[in-house]
Amino acid sequence: MHRDTSAAALRSFAAGDPFMSIGTNSENILPQSVSTDVNQRLTPSQLVTALQRQHPDWVSEIVEALGEVTVTVPAAHIVNVCEELKTGAHTRFDFLSDICGADRGVEEEPRFEVNYHLFSTTWHHRLRLKVLLNEGEAHVPTVTSVWRTANWHERETFDLMGVVFDGHPDLRRILLPDDWQGHALRKDFPLRGYEPYSLK
Amino acid sequence: MSAVNIPPQFEIVDRPLDTQMTISMGPQHPSTHGVLRLELVLDGEMVVKATPDIGYLHTGMEKLFEYKKYQQGIVITDRMDYLNPLGNNLAYVMAVEKLLELEIPERAQTIRVLMCELQRIASHLVWLGTHALDIGAMSVFFYCFREREKILNLIEAASGGRLTPSYFRIGGLMMDLPSGFERRVRQFQDGFIKAVDEFHVLLTGNSIFRGRTQGVGVITAEDAIDWGLSGPCLRGSGVNLDIRRANPYASYETYDFDVPVEQDCDVWARYMVRMREMKESHKIVAQALGRLKPGPVKADAPKVVLPDREAMKTHMDALIHHFLIVAEGFDVPAGEVYHPIEASKGELGVYVKSDGGPKPSRVHFRGPSFVNLSALPHMSEGAMVADIVAIIGSLDIVLGEIDR
Repeated sequence: MHRDTSAAALRSFAAGDPFMSIGTNSENILPQSVSTDVNQRLTPSQLVTALQRQHPDWVSEIVEALGEVTVTVPAAHIVNVCEELKTGAHTRFDFLSDICGADRGVEEEPRFEVNYHLFSTTWHHRLRLKVLLNEGEAHVPTVTSVWRTANWHERETFDLMGVVFDGHPDLRRILLPDDWQGHALRKDFPLRGYEPYSLK
Repeated sequence: MSAVNIPPQFEIVDRPLDTQMTISMGPQHPSTHGVLRLELVLDGEMVVKATPDIGYLHTGMEKLFEYKKYQQGIVITDRMDYLNPLGNNLAYVMAVEKLLELEIPERAQTIRVLMCELQRIASHLVWLGTHALDIGAMSVFFYCFREREKILNLIEAASGGRLTPSYFRIGGLMMDLPSGFERRVRQFQDGFIKAVDEFHVLLTGNSIFRGRTQGVGVITAEDAIDWGLSGPCLRGSGVNLDIRRANPYASYETYDFDVPVEQDCDVWARYMVRMREMKESHKIVAQALGRLKPGPVKADAPKVVLPDREAMKTHMDALIHHFLIVAEGFDVPAGEVYHPIEASKGELGVYVKSDGGPKPSRVHFRGPSFVNLSALPHMSEGAMVADIVAIIGSLDIVLGEIDR
């Protein structure tokens, strides 16, 4: 597991050269002339390190484990990050595979996480974005403006996990009936529901 | 002076007719492939807006995973996309194996590829039969189910179950193939190319079928990517993308096969992609058969994989491992993975999050049918009511996977 402490990245950002090679970790070293050759394939970890250098406040943590890269993004910046990753020449994450929520546990704080699984049809690489949310403020801006496929994924996450996607065009329950009470995939929701049934 | 006093509600008013009509299609409509309800806003026979209403089959499977041990979850995956259960098994066990960082023996990998490609053919055969039936060609159905039955018999021979095999286990397979299995697969293989040609004779040259499918349900490549379409639906829109090639798994990178792509973006293109895919799967099955060499079918991980029956009866440690796996399960290191595979309908992704115990903390399935169906309103705008049936058929949805 690798964590980028970003202090070096910040220094490099301040020096005005976001792609200057830094540190000793070979995985984080970008080619000097990264902006000229758009045909070169970069690994997801190189891409997110570059993103962190350009926008240090967009990325709070980078975790690499089991061959997958996870970027934790503050909820306020998720739309900016998604747009940047979708349009950048080296990233081209134009395909949103999946959005899924997870409940880390009733006592945990932040309690909820929303995972965005991105895929690039050009470069064939994958990336996971993660937004952490406290129980009291389980709101995250919608990314339906970036990918239209996010519509149903966000409705499903709202339905089962109770995360509200601000600005969503049609945020209704999708799998459970409209008059269902509670959010079924939360850890404090009983497996058999509330007896005799959970409808109003 | 009028003799009759007309009450105001019966007074004839000259106002324009309200031409739009909302009708509910399903959930018991036979062509909605399960229990899908569509709310159609029609202007005459033209569809103004189609809104899918899903959830009739929701059984809380993702919740159930959190209460079951990892190995018990395999049984649940069979019941999601019930036309492609081995694909679901594969996606789930590979995600857990990724968390455990297990090495799978070569023979097990080859058998997985072999069985998955047979299952892909079986799934496409159900699609073809029902799609043609929806459009009005009844006889195709019988030809397809005749061939599918042969595959189900093969799956039953290997696993004991026709529709719910649960054949792939974490760390390998339930058991090795039965004797004579390869001969039976070859028998099926020999007749299958002729059968595909039969399907082509029945449908491809049929002018009614062409008229019902060509130019219907058009979605451009950009829109298809934006809507997250995957599998044959995406390749029917001219995007050359197959996860077996883009992110290879289960040693697919070593197999020689083509990825069929069609440029027409309509129902016809998706039909042609699947018809060609069946022949490609046939090719992969032949290659996998040639690679089958004797060897173990379970990984060398005694704390995860159940021991052989014989070893359990004769070795103390095997008996202890067996007891512990069954009674308490095995701990999976904390972490999270997303494992996508190319199922028969598109990208089937499994997200598994572990917090270190014998039960997962969260399991999520990205069903290809779920995402493909979400593009239906886009594809059916301006279509005729009868075309909706053709478009749903071309998406090849399975409601068990959409509602989970």
